[in-house]
Amino acid sequence: MRVSFETIDNILIAELDGELDHHTAKEVRDELDKTIDAFFIKHLIFDFRKVTFMDSSGIGVIIGRYNKIHDMNGRVGVANYNKYVDKIFAVSDLYSIIEKFNDTDQAIKSFSE
Amino acid sequence: MTFYNRMKLEFINKSENESFARVAVASFVSQIDPTIEELIEIKTALSEAVTNSIIHAYDKNEEGIIDIYCTINDYTVEMIIEDHGIGIEDIDQAREPLFTSKPEQERSGMGFTVMETFVDEMDVQSLPGEGTKVTLKKTLNREIQ
Repeated sequence: MRVSFETIDNILIAELDGELDHHTAKEVRDELDKTIDAFFIKHLIFDFRKVTFMDSSGIGVIIGRYNKIHDMNGRVGVANYNKYVDKIFAVSDLYSIIEKFNDTDQAIKSFSE
Repeated sequence: MTFYNRMKLEFINKSENESFARVAVASFVSQIDPTIEELIEIKTALSEAVTNSIIHAYDKNEEGIIDIYCTINDYTVEMIIEDHGIGIEDIDQAREPLFTSKPEQERSGMGFTVMETFVDEMDVQSLPGEGTKVTLKKTLNREIQ
């Protein structure tokens, strides 16, 4: 899995590309933490547009980053996810802490307010 | 006419084999022409069971075997994911949403819940010290020809 980053003001957009499972979760986690720490990031948006597979390992990755961002009073959002990913988010009750958006523009707009 | 086929897959507890197992089983199940939706559901449930065995069954530096037995009976797919590792002390507790014995590895504890969400039937058999066997069953949604 590849992760590409873009920053807009204090918002980090992480575009995940490929399969997110237990095997790939570790490198994704390391990449995200390194980038969050290196820049002055307040909010984080996960862009799932290029994710071809995800199992519950993805939940751990998101909640782990949420704990980090939340400690700095930031917000975390997910965007462009498909219905299977949505189902895993929903059964995990992820939406009680993470905000969902149709696309990254909507997320950026909300986090910029 | 009834369709019947089965296969067995054996691999060691390396996390690289998670995607290998998904692709192999998906390819086998493709014989009965599942929808993309059904295939993703099968792959997701299987991935959870295989990941559980890879994470929990064996010590970190121990090489252990994981077996998958996959049977197709008409439009019903049965997958048995079996390891010969430490087993599960309390199956009911392990099946509870959000329960995890590995929070330090950022495991969400949602594996069994996701399996139950994506297949029709799930059964977990385990004996401490002997291993764990998870059976997942899903019937594809179409008429038998």
